[in-house]
Amino acid sequence: MQAVIEARELTKSFGSFIAANKLTFDVMPGEIFGFLGANGAGKTTAMRMLCGLSIPTSGEARIAGFDVYTQTEKIKQNIGYMSQKFSLYEDLTVKENIRFYGGIYGLKIPQIKKKTDELLHELQLTQEADKLVRELPLGWKQKLSFSVALVHDPKIVFLDEPTGGVDPITRRQFWDLIYYATSKGITVFVTTHYMDEAEYCNRVSIMVDGVIEALDKPSVLKQKFNVDSMEEVFYLLARKAKRSE
Amino acid sequence: MRSLFFILEKEFRQMRRRKGLIRTLFIAPIIQLILMPLAANYSVKNISLVVVDHDHSSTSREMVAKITSSGHFNLYATSESNKEALSYVEHDKADLVLEIPPHFERNLVRENSEKLSVEINAIEGVKAGLAGAYLSQILLDYNADIRERFLPPTHQAFVFRIIPIHWYNVFLNYYLYIIPGILVNLVTGIGLMQTAFNLVNEKEIGTIEQINVTPVKKFWFILGKLLPFYILSAIIFSVGLLVGFVFYGMVPVGSIATMYIALLDFLFALVGFGLLLSTYAESQQQVMSLAFFFMNILNMMSGLFTNLDSMPAWAQFITNCFPLSHFIKAMRMICLKGSGLADITPHLLYMFAIGLVFNTWAVLNYKKRS
Repeated sequence: MQAVIEARELTKSFGSFIAANKLTFDVMPGEIFGFLGANGAGKTTAMRMLCGLSIPTSGEARIAGFDVYTQTEKIKQNIGYMSQKFSLYEDLTVKENIRFYGGIYGLKIPQIKKKTDELLHELQLTQEADKLVRELPLGWKQKLSFSVALVHDPKIVFLDEPTGGVDPITRRQFWDLIYYATSKGITVFVTTHYMDEAEYCNRVSIMVDGVIEALDKPSVLKQKFNVDSMEEVFYLLARKAKRSE
Repeated sequence: MRSLFFILEKEFRQMRRRKGLIRTLFIAPIIQLILMPLAANYSVKNISLVVVDHDHSSTSREMVAKITSSGHFNLYATSESNKEALSYVEHDKADLVLEIPPHFERNLVRENSEKLSVEINAIEGVKAGLAGAYLSQILLDYNADIRERFLPPTHQAFVFRIIPIHWYNVFLNYYLYIIPGILVNLVTGIGLMQTAFNLVNEKEIGTIEQINVTPVKKFWFILGKLLPFYILSAIIFSVGLLVGFVFYGMVPVGSIATMYIALLDFLFALVGFGLLLSTYAESQQQVMSLAFFFMNILNMMSGLFTNLDSMPAWAQFITNCFPLSHFIKAMRMICLKGSGLADITPHLLYMFAIGLVFNTWAVLNYKKRS
C-alpha cells in the first residue's frame, strides 16, 4: 500500500537552531498517527512543513503523493488542518463559518448546504447553527474546527493538539469524531499531550529535541520499554530532553 | 474567482457585526468635517489694534476709521504713550501698535511726506505677516485717497492702483480651499488604517493560518480583503461631500464623475499602501505605529495645510511620491477650477504608478508559507 505521508530526513532549522532534525516516517491511508513530544520538541514545526505552511530546510516529503516544495497548492486541496490556536471566525455564526470555508475550498452552493446539514447533525449543533461561534463553549468550538477542517473531504487531516484544555467527556466525543473520520478512509495525523489519547492511535512517534526517538504501535512500544502505559514510555524518552519552551 | 464571492460575503458580514466601529467610522468624519474648516482658516481676522494718536487731526481719525472698518482689525484701545501701548502687547491684549506722530496731517500737507510707526507682535509668524500686509494695503490705499484730495490735479503724480481679481475662488472663500483637503485627509485616515488593521487582525487571531492552508489563491484573497475598503472609503467620501454642501455650501465646479475617477485611482494607491504595511506588521499595535508615522508625514507634507511649491526641490520630489498630495491637488482643481479629466491626467498617472508599486510590493511580500 502506498503511504499518504512520506517524510525522508525532513529538516527545518532557524539559524543554528534545528527545530526538526531528519524526520523520516511513513503514514498509511486510514491510519491514526500520533505525533507525540514535549513542548518545544518540534511537533508543530514538523506539522507546518507537512501542510505546506513552512518550507523545509532540507529533506523530502510527499503528502498524498505531492511534493512539499513544489506542489503545495495541490497538497492543500487534499488536506485539512486544525491549528493549535482556535482559528474560526468568532464573529461569524457556526453556519457562516462552514459556508465560508466550504466556499474557499471550492465547494458548490448545493454541496455546501448538504455538507452544512451533515456536519451540524454529526456534531449535534443543529440548535446552535445560527449562534456566533464566540458564544460556544471551548469543547464545541474544537469539534466545530475539526469538522470545518473536513469540509472538503480531504484525504488527510492534521490536528495540532486538538483537545488541549478540553474536558474529558468532550475529549472522548472528539475521539469518536476522529474514529468516525477514519471509518470514512481519512488519515489522521494528530499531536497530543494526553497519553490516554496516545493509546487510541494506531501508531505513535515520540519526538525529543527535534528528533524522532521512537515510532511504533503503542503496544509494541510498551513492550519494548517494559512498562504498562504510554505515559511511562513518554516519560522515559522525554526526560532526556535538554530543551524546553 | 468563486472564492472571491465567499471572501467578500464574509468580510461584509463581519463589518456589519462591528456596529460600533461602523458608527465611529461614519460619525467621526462628519463631526470633523463640520468643525475643522472653522479652525483651519488662514484668513486673519480680529487682529487687536492699539492706536497711539499724537496728532488728533481729522486725517488721523479718518485713517483709523478706515483701518477698523476693513473687518480685519478690532480697535482694542487708544493710548497716549507708546510705552502704555506696548504694555498691551506685552500682556497679550494687543497684536499691533500703530503710532501716529504729532503734526501728522500738517506735515503731510506741507512737506508732502510723513512717517508712521507700526509695531507687530510676531510670536505667531503667519498672523504677524498677514496683519502687516493688511495694514500696509489699507494705508497705501488711504494714501492714494488723500493725495487726490489735497493736491491740485496739476500736481498729481502718477499713482498705481492694483485691483486684484481672484480667479477660481473669487471671494477667497477659505472653506472652498480647505474642505476638499480635509475630506481627502479623513478618507486617507480611514482607508489606510482600516485596511491595515483588518489584515493584521487575521494574523493576530490566527485565522490567517487557516486561510493559508486552503488552496485559495493569494490574489483573490487579497482582493476580497481590499474591495470592502474601497467601498467603505468611497461611501465615507460621499458622505463628506454631502456635509461640505450642507454646512458650507460647497458645490464642486467640476464634474462629480471626474472626482470619483480620481477617488478610485487614489484608493488603489492608498489601500495598496495599507496592505503593504500589514504585510510587514505582526500585531495591531505594530501596524498602528507604522500607520500613525506615515499618516503624520502624509498630512504635513501633502499640501493640505501648507504650500508645496515653497518646499526645496528634493522635498517636493518626496511629496510627489505620496498619492495624497496628488489627490488633494486634483480635488482642488476639480472643486474650484472645474478641471476635467485631461487636466488632472498627470496626477491620475502618478497615483496609478504609485498604486501599482505599492500593490505589487505588497502581494509579493504576502506569503502563504514561511
